[in-house]
Amino acid sequence: MKDPNPILAVRNLEISFPGNGGMLPLVSELSLDLQRGRTLGLVGESGCGKTLTSLSILGLTPAPGQVTGGEILYAGTNLVNKSERELDKYRGDRIAMIFQEPMTALNPVFTVGSQIAEVLIVHRGFSNAVAWDKVVQMLDRVGIPDAAKRAHAYPHQLSGGMRQRAMIAMAMVTEPDVLIADEPTTALDVTIQAQILDLMLEMQAALGTAILFITHDLGVVSELADDIAVMYAGKVVETGPARQVLSTPQHPYTRALIETLPASAKPGSRLPTIEGMVPDLATLPTGCRFADRCNRVLDDCRMAQPELESAGDNQLAACFHLGAGQ
Amino acid sequence: MTHTVLEARNLKRHFISHHGLINRTTQCVQAVDDVSLELKAGETLALVGESGCGKSTLARCLTLLDKPTAGEILINGEKPKNDLKQYCRNVQMIFQDPYASLNPRLPVGVIIAEPLVIHKIGSKQERRNKVLELLDVVGLRRSDINRYPHQFSGGQRQRISIARALALNPAVIIADEPVSALDVSIQSQILNLFKELQEEFNLAYLFISHDMAVVHYFADRVAVMYLGSIVEEGVTEKTLINPLHPYTRALIDAAPLISKVKRKHGDALKGDPPSPLDPPSGCRFHPRCSYAIEACRSQRPKLEGSGGHKVACSLSDSLHLTPRRRLEGGWA
Repeated sequence: MKDPNPILAVRNLEISFPGNGGMLPLVSELSLDLQRGRTLGLVGESGCGKTLTSLSILGLTPAPGQVTGGEILYAGTNLVNKSERELDKYRGDRIAMIFQEPMTALNPVFTVGSQIAEVLIVHRGFSNAVAWDKVVQMLDRVGIPDAAKRAHAYPHQLSGGMRQRAMIAMAMVTEPDVLIADEPTTALDVTIQAQILDLMLEMQAALGTAILFITHDLGVVSELADDIAVMYAGKVVETGPARQVLSTPQHPYTRALIETLPASAKPGSRLPTIEGMVPDLATLPTGCRFADRCNRVLDDCRMAQPELESAGDNQLAACFHLGAGQ
Repeated sequence: MTHTVLEARNLKRHFISHHGLINRTTQCVQAVDDVSLELKAGETLALVGESGCGKSTLARCLTLLDKPTAGEILINGEKPKNDLKQYCRNVQMIFQDPYASLNPRLPVGVIIAEPLVIHKIGSKQERRNKVLELLDVVGLRRSDINRYPHQFSGGQRQRISIARALALNPAVIIADEPVSALDVSIQSQILNLFKELQEEFNLAYLFISHDMAVVHYFADRVAVMYLGSIVEEGVTEKTLINPLHPYTRALIDAAPLISKVKRKHGDALKGDPPSPLDPPSGCRFHPRCSYAIEACRSQRPKLEGSGGHKVACSLSDSLHLTPRRRLEGGWA
C-alpha cells in the first residue's frame, strides 16, 4: 500500500548542461516517489539520464551540469541548493549509494574495514575500536565469510562479488532510509548477481530501506522492484507497479523494449527491433521524443510533447495514443 | 549432410605462475583442461560459463591467438599446415568491446580491407569493391567507408567488426560476447544480423555468452564450461529445459528474466567460483553443489552421454533437475 508521505520525492527535476547558446536540459520534468521498504526500478538505455538523476539526488551532479529546476525532497526537506556541508549530513548517512564497479568505487590503498569504519567515525562519532567491531559485524551480516580477517583485506584481495558485498556493508552500516543502487550487479556474473540481489532484499526487509535501483535490465527489475519508472531521452515515459507495467505496458517504448528481449521471442524467429537511435539531446524534436522510432506514430505526436497520464491502476504513461495498436 | 568445419580434440592450455623471490614456488593454472568440441557448417554452438572459466582462453586457442599446451585443432578435418594464414582465413573472431577492437586511427574502409591486404587478395580496386559490398551486407552506408570508428555508435561499430570478420569468407566465426556491451534495442538488431549472415553464408558460430536468454534464442547447441572443462553439452532446447548438470540449472535459474513474481530469497547458487590455482578435488563443482555426496569429493566425473547430450556428473541419472522457469515466452 502506498504511503502518502514518500521518504524521498523528486518533483519536476530538470538537470541541464551548458550547450550551444544556453543551458541544455538532459533530464526534464522528472518526478519519482520512493516509499519506505519498497524498491523503485529506474530503467532505460545508456544515455537516457538515469545515472545523472541518481547523482543529482546526492548533490553530485557532474560539473558543468546543474539542477536547473524542481525539488528533491528527503522527508520533506528540499536538498536542491543545500550547501555541501549541509548535504554531508544526509549523504552516506540517511541516503547511501552503491555503484556498478566496486573496484573503482573503493579506495585501493585502504583496507575494506577501514573504509567502512570511516563512515561510522564521520557520521556517528564512534571511536576506532567501536567502529571496528561494528564493521566486522556488518561484514558478517552481508555474508562475507571470516569477516574479522577479511576486514583487513584490501579491495583487490576480494572477488567481484565480495567487493560488492563490502560496498553494500559500507552503504548500509548507517542504516540509511534511502539506498541508491546504480547498476550494482551489471559487472557481475549472473550467479553472483543473484546472490547480491538476494542480499539487497534481505537488508531491505530487515531495515525498511527504500531502494532506487537503476538498471538497463528489465529482468532484474521484474525480480526486485515493486515499482518501475521507464526513462527515454531524459524523461519518464511510463511508471507504475513493476509487474503490472511489464505485463501490460502502455507506452510504445516500454512495449518495444520488452519485445526486443531474446527471452520474449521464439528461438529462430526474427527479433523485433527498435529502429533508429536515441535522439541527440542537443536537437530534440518539439513533439514526442520517441516519435521517430515509434511504430504507431501519428501527426499529432510531432506537434506537442505528451504528458504522463493515467493508463490503468496507478500506472501512468506519456503517449497521446494510449490503448491504440494493442 | 553438414560436415564438421572445426574440431578441437583434448585441447589443453595451462599457464605457469611463479610466486615469490626467495621461496620460489610454481603453480599451474589449467585454464582449458581437456576440452573437445565439434562445430558443423551453418550451426551455432554457444559456450557459457562464469568469468574465469576459460571460455575466452578456449576462443583464443581456437583462433591460434594462443598456443594450446596439448591437444589438436582440425579445420575441415585437417590439421593447420605450417602456413597458418590458411587457417586464419577460415576462422575469424569478433570481440566483445567494439570500442577496443577497432583501431581508432584507421578509417573503416582500411579496417575492413586489412584482412584482404594481409592475405594478398585482389587488386586495390577489387578490395574497395569488396569493402563496399561488405558495408551493404552488414547494414552500413557505402559512404561510411571513409569515416573513423569514433563517428559510430556501439551497435554500428559491432557491424564494422562483423564486416571485417566476413572479409575473407570464413567458415567459422568465433564471437566472444559480441552483444553484451550493447543496449537491448541494439542487441536485437545485431542478433538479427548474425542470423541473416549465417543463413546467407552458411557460417558456423562459436558464440560465447553469459546470457542464457540470448543463448536459448540463438544457439543450436550449448556447451557449459566450469573451471576449464565442459560439464554439459547438448542441443539447446533439450539442455536448457532438462539440464542434467546442477551447474547448468543454477545458471538458468540465475538468469534475470521478466517474471510474474518478485524474487524469492534463497534460490541463488552459493559461493564464488573456486580459484583455478587451487581447484577442488574430485568434481570441481562439488563445493557449491547442493546434491554433492562423498564420492563427488574424490572422483572426477567424465563427460559422457548418448544422443548428443553429454554431462559430467556422477549423479545425473538420479537427479531430476527441472529449472525453476523457462527461458522463453515470458510475456510476449
